[in-house]
Parts: sequence; structure tokens; C-alpha cells
Amino acid sequence: MAAAVAPGGVATGGGAASVAEEPPRQRRFSGVVSALPFLLPALVLLGALVLYPIIATVVRSLYDRSGDGFVGLENYGDALTSRSTLTALRNNLIWVVAAPSIVTALGLVFAVLSERVRWATAFKLVIFMPMAISFLAAGVIFRLVYEQSPDRGMANAVVTSVTDLFRPGGDYVGARARDQASLTARDGGFVTHDEVRPGTSALLPLVGLPPGELPDDAAPAARPERGQGIEGVVWLDFARGGGGEPGVVDEGERGLPGIEVQALRGSDVVATATTAEDGTFHLDVKEPVRLRLAAGAFREPFGGVRWLGPALVTPSIIGAYIWIWAGFAMVVIGAGLAAIPRDALEAARVDGASEWQVFRRVTVPLLAPVLLVVLVTLMINVLKVFDLVFIIPPGSVQDDANVLALEMWRVSFGGAQNQGLGSALGVILFVLVLPAMLFNIRRFRREES
Amino acid sequence: MRRWVTALAPLAVLAMVAAGCGGDDSDNGGSAGGSSDRTTTAKRNLEGQTVEVAAVWSGKEQANFGKVLAQFEKDTGAKVTFTSTGDDIATVLGTRLEGGDPPDIAFPPQPGLLRDLVARNALKPVDDIAGKLVDEHFSKDWRDLATVDGKLYGVPFKAANKSTVWYRKKAFDDAGVEIPKTWDDFLKAAQTIRDSGVTPLAIGGGDGWTLTDWFENVYLRVAGPEKYDQLSRHEIPWTDPTVITALQKLSDLWSKRDLIAPGFQNMTFPESVTTVFRGDAAMVFEGDFVAATITDETDAKLGTDADFFPFPSVDGSDPMVVGGGDVAVLMTDNEAAKELIKYLASPEAAQIWVELGGFTSPNKDVDLSAYPDEIGRKSAQQLVEAKTFRFDLSDLLPSAFGGTPAQGMWKDLQDFLANPANVQGTAQTLERDAAAATK
Repeated sequence: MAAAVAPGGVATGGGAASVAEEPPRQRRFSGVVSALPFLLPALVLLGALVLYPIIATVVRSLYDRSGDGFVGLENYGDALTSRSTLTALRNNLIWVVAAPSIVTALGLVFAVLSERVRWATAFKLVIFMPMAISFLAAGVIFRLVYEQSPDRGMANAVVTSVTDLFRPGGDYVGARARDQASLTARDGGFVTHDEVRPGTSALLPLVGLPPGELPDDAAPAARPERGQGIEGVVWLDFARGGGGEPGVVDEGERGLPGIEVQALRGSDVVATATTAEDGTFHLDVKEPVRLRLAAGAFREPFGGVRWLGPALVTPSIIGAYIWIWAGFAMVVIGAGLAAIPRDALEAARVDGASEWQVFRRVTVPLLAPVLLVVLVTLMINVLKVFDLVFIIPPGSVQDDANVLALEMWRVSFGGAQNQGLGSALGVILFVLVLPAMLFNIRRFRREES
Repeated sequence: MRRWVTALAPLAVLAMVAAGCGGDDSDNGGSAGGSSDRTTTAKRNLEGQTVEVAAVWSGKEQANFGKVLAQFEKDTGAKVTFTSTGDDIATVLGTRLEGGDPPDIAFPPQPGLLRDLVARNALKPVDDIAGKLVDEHFSKDWRDLATVDGKLYGVPFKAANKSTVWYRKKAFDDAGVEIPKTWDDFLKAAQTIRDSGVTPLAIGGGDGWTLTDWFENVYLRVAGPEKYDQLSRHEIPWTDPTVITALQKLSDLWSKRDLIAPGFQNMTFPESVTTVFRGDAAMVFEGDFVAATITDETDAKLGTDADFFPFPSVDGSDPMVVGGGDVAVLMTDNEAAKELIKYLASPEAAQIWVELGGFTSPNKDVDLSAYPDEIGRKSAQQLVEAKTFRFDLSDLLPSAFGGTPAQGMWKDLQDFLANPANVQGTAQTLERDAAAATK
């Protein structure tokens, strides 16, 4: 990372050295000689810490895993055709497009807001606080925030507590039909395979429910009597220890109360009943019907979003990145905001501009140079992102969250131990960062002149 | 005058050591009187000699192994120092070899490292020293583990059993299922447990190595030891029909999502154990080290709440164990170290640690009743009675393929767990990654 920052230093340093104005040849030479002792420490440091590593990396990238065999550009070919590098490149693209612009936009909003709120300092402090946390620790925090189980992951705790309000789960989640030929799972509920004739009884056994988690009012299941219409029972056909006969109401088996039983002719519901505490129900029908146990009782509660699944993992990590960096953007943009001439804003307001217009037409254009600096700095930063991507995703999705810096580490040190290929990836990363660097250097030059 | 004495003292010690060395050749069995009941090999008097032993063990394991060494010191009079290398024993041994100062005896935990050391000429063959003892006390599979190019380079000492399925007894009792002996029974038992309202299985799919252990156990049973060895050397491709069959068996289980505790794709190994023994699932498959996780991280008691059964037989396979083992190798020509190698091959040495617990010996002549708890005894019994023992396959593969998080075999099997219908595709991906890693 230090390597990427440095060429700017080299370039400006070189510029400063050649300032002298067309002196006679000899004087110029003696000038260089007398300047040398002063430049030497900086040159040695830059050479040892910047120039040498860059050159060594480029050279190493032309050798194979062992470092002995010269392979030319083969490592670059391997890098650019491997599946995981391509994923990494794609993710880097997502990062560069999404993260800097969102962070800058949020920073701008926070900066403008913090000028207006009463507790501006406290507000700024809270927003800036994440910058004080090490990225590694922030990664661990977000790994926990994004946990799948709503009992552990805060993100899913919020999501599920909202969805549960609108669509609560049923009492009998996970139930299965004992005999799947006669009672089939359909649309979240269960439907009998055959029609049930009036005057007979219907036994509808279910299994797969933890006995300890039945509703408190569940009573021992009763065998239905035959009578008018259909008498039936819905019960948990599993006694402790696996005893009892399948499909028969045995001692110790309990009824399942509160299930809606519907009588179907074709697809029309002709009668409904709800099971009693002992699981029995009575349907007043004159014709043969099929029975359906309505889905409501079996509906699974929303289990939460798979934040760290293959599809969402990169956006989730970007969320963590935004949480950390928004404060930085706010502070830098806030400083730029303080430097804007107030009279320009006042003049616009006197001319009758609305606050939105002032923001859109005056503040933002005046801030544009600062916004650009923040954006480009973040872009460079984002291209090299490593720590969050290394920490947050579990092993099974690390591949899907891969970025170039992580891929470089993985091939160099994470098992393959191929530092030739790793160096090639490092060079590719360096080349990708270069345009943003050059852009920044040119801007600095222009501002200086 | 005083100064002279202090300067001469080391010389005097040297002289005494030299005398001790000279003397021991003729002095056979000098100290055997006190300990003849513990040993079958004649003891030599090694008074004044020192041996250095290096192994990965630390903490309690180091202390227990110290007791094994203490008996040797008592029997022979030699002094043994133990160096704990930490997990990275390969680096430590490599550095010591570079520096020309290897320990006398080391315990490489993987056959790959043992082969590396042989290739570097760092090991002394021990056929003449312990060949007979190893033949006498260990099965052929264990001898093969310590053999390179027909020469024996070490004695097996510590074993790990990775063919154990751990279960919560109450869940089995509630559901009324018996210990499954075959793969089909295993699937049936899982279904019955599911019907009783308990999730049958926890899988730590977030850690790729748990999945490689699943595959290895099924593969060894489906394909047999010869194919297993060939696959470990990549002499048959990963698209071989036997691999397909093994993947298909796994697919039969892994595709039944309601049998597996939710969140399995991100679940770590410790989470999978706590999920079972805090009551949210019934079974978890992994090696004998699950016992330590149960004791450390849950309230379940080994033997009363938690127990294990051997990985079920697939399609009528013989009892087989996939596992690991530490082999004692000789790195110098130190005479006392040679005696120590012999001692380590004896059931008496193993028995000392066995009695202290947390240790399984591959030595078939260790009395099973010496194990302090039922779990340890069962695991050791399974190990010594197994018709076939094979070293953990993923540890035999190049580490870029078999030993790296989120890459190679780990990642491919994680993808397979996410999409168990993709049997053919998984075999092809495995073959592609295996080929890339051995390039």
C-alpha cells in the first residue's frame, strides 16, 4: 500500500530538484554536488522502501512458484484467466463504483446537516467514531451483525422483528405427514390424497414436532367417534421412545389444537373447522370431500436475510466499509464547507432561492474540488481493500467476496505459496491504482501553480 | 586457588561423562532389576547421556508425555529434554536442520513431512533398532505409515480417530432409534429423529475441513484402501467412478435439507458441536477431538449425555478408520535416543499416557482396560480392531488443494454442500483444482 502512494512523492521530488534556471554548465554541476548530501537521505529511503520493492515485485512476477524458473508473462496469463481473479476483478469493480460515491454522498449530507443541528459536535463525534476502531475489529463486529440467526445477528433481528409483525410464524413449523402417500404437503399445508366420505372418521397424523414445544393446551389425542358428517383428529403421531403404531392414536400421543381444517370440493372450500384441544374436529358435510390442513399453522417465520450468502456478501461488506468511512468523508467535506464564502449562500437566499436550490446550485459546485479529492482518495483506498473482505465472510463464501488484494494474499501465502503469481496480481493491482494516483498528482500540481 | 577449582570443574564433569559413555556398552541390564515387570526389552545403563525430543505437544499433553519420558529416565538414567515446537513443527525442524542442530527425536504429525525429512536425508532408518518391535505391536497399515521406499523411519506413537459420529443420547432415546451400523440405517435413523421433532444432524459447513473428513470416510468405504491411496497420489482422476459414487452417497444425505440444522453453510466446527450438545440437533460427525469441545463448551457429560458410534459401513464395507498419527523418528545417531525409540514402540510407554487420558495409542498390545474412560476405550478399540487404517486424505494432498481455507477441496465440497445435486460438476471441479495444485 505504501508503494502505491509513493510515485507522487518521487515525481514532485524530482520536479523540485530541477528548479535551477539555466545556469552555466559548471555551476549547475557543482549545484548538484552540493545538493546531493541533502537529497541523499530521502533518495535512499525512497529507493529502499518504494523503488526497490516495486522493481523486485515486477521481477518476481516473471518467475515461477519456486522463484528459480523464469516463466515470462505466464503468471499474468494465469492471473487473468483464473476464475477467482475474474470474480475478484468483478467485485473490485462493484466496490469502486458503489463504495466511494455512497461514502462521499453520505459525508456531504452529514457535513451539511451537522452545520444545522444543535449538538453538532456530539453528532460529528458519533459519526466519526468508527474511524477510531481497527478495521479488523470492525470486521469482527460486522461478522456478528450479519449472523444468519436472528438470535445472534443484529441485522436479522431487526428484519425479522418487523416481518413477524405482518406475517407471524405458525405453531407447528416443521411438521411432516406421517404417511406421505395419504396426506400430501401442498402450498405450505397438507391435503388428503383420497376423498373422505361423510359418516366416516379421518385420522390425520403428523410428525416432526418437538414434543416439548406443543402449545400448552394440547391434550392427549382422542379417537374420533363416527357420526353425522366427518369426525376427525389431527395429532402428533410420535410417542417418546418411538413406541406406538404409525397412523394409530396411541397412549401418550397428543392432539394438535388450533389447526384450521378445510373441506374441499374441487378447489372450493365448502366447510371449515378448527381442531380442539385433543386435536378432534367436526365437519358438517353431506358429500365426500378432501380435507386440507390450512397453511397458517405450519408457516415458517421469516428466517432473516442471508447477508453473508453468495449473493449479498459484497454489498454487506460495502455496508461495513461505509459505516467506517462516512465519518472521514464528513470531516473532510465539513472542513471544505467551512471555507465556502458565506456571502455567496446569503446572496442566493436573498435572491429567493429555496434551501434545496442553494444546496444544489451553490454549495455543491463550490465544494466540487473537495468532493473530488474525497472521491478519488476513497477510490484508491477501495481498490486496495483487504481487511474487511478477509474477516467478514465465512470460509464458504470468501470466494464470492474475493477482491484483488485478498486474492494476492491467498495465492502468495494462503496455501498455494505461489509468490510469483501473487507478485503478478500485486502488479496488476498497482496498475489499476495508477490512473487514480496520476489524476491526484496532476490536480496537486495544478493547484500549486 | 579457588579460581582454579571453578575452572577445572567442567573438565571433571566431562571426564565423568566420558567414563559413563565408555562404561555402558559392557553394562547391559544394569538397572533392569527395579523395572523388569514394566518392560520386555533389556535395559541399558545410559547414565549421563542426554536426548532431546521435539513434538507439537504443549500444555497438558506436554505434561503427560513428560511422565512417559520420566519413566525412561528412571529406567535408564539418561536425561531427556522435551522441546515443544508449537503447531509449525515443519518450520522448526527445518531451521534446526539448517543450523546443523536437529533434535535427536521428533514427532512429525503428517506423512508428508516425514517424507520431506527423508528426502532431505535428515532421518536415520530404524529397521535394525525397532523393526521387530513395530512388527510385533502394530498393524501393517501403521508400519506403512512410517515407511518410505521400503525402509522404516519411525515408530507410531499417538493416534487420532476421525471416523466417529457423536450423538446426544437423549435425542436417540426420545426417538427410539438404535445405533446405525450401515449408511442406509444411518439415513433411516436420521429420518426417524426428524420425525421425533429433533433436527438429526449438524454439519460445520463453514469450515471446509469438516467436509473433507466426510468425503474421506465415505470414499474409503466405497472405494477401498487401494483406490484411496491412488487418489491421494492423484494416480486416478477425481472424476473416477468411485469418487462419483462417494459424492452420490453424500448427496443422498446432504440434499435432505430438513435433516440438517439450519445455517449449516456458515456454521463453524465448534458451533456444530455446541448445536448438538446444547439440544438443537442430535448428531455431529467429526474426529475424537469432538470430546474436548463437548467438555469445554457445553454442559453435556461424556458417556452419560454424549457418546459416539463408528462411522457407518457403506455398502457392506469392513470396519475402517480414517485418522491421523504422530510417528517418532530418529534424527541423530545418539545411542540413548535409539533406546528411547525402542521404548516408545513398547506398549509400556504408551500405557503410561493412556492411563492419564486424552490419548489413543495405535499399539495393539496396550491393554484396553488401561483407558480411564469408556469413550477413550471405545475409540481405541475401534482403531486397533479396524481392518483398514488410512491417514486423513486431505492431509496427504498438496496443501494448496487439500489444506487451504476457501480454496481447492475445501471450497469445492462447500459448494457441493450448497448444491448437492451437482455430483458430476463437483467431481470435475475437484479434478481441475487437484490438477492445478500439482502443476
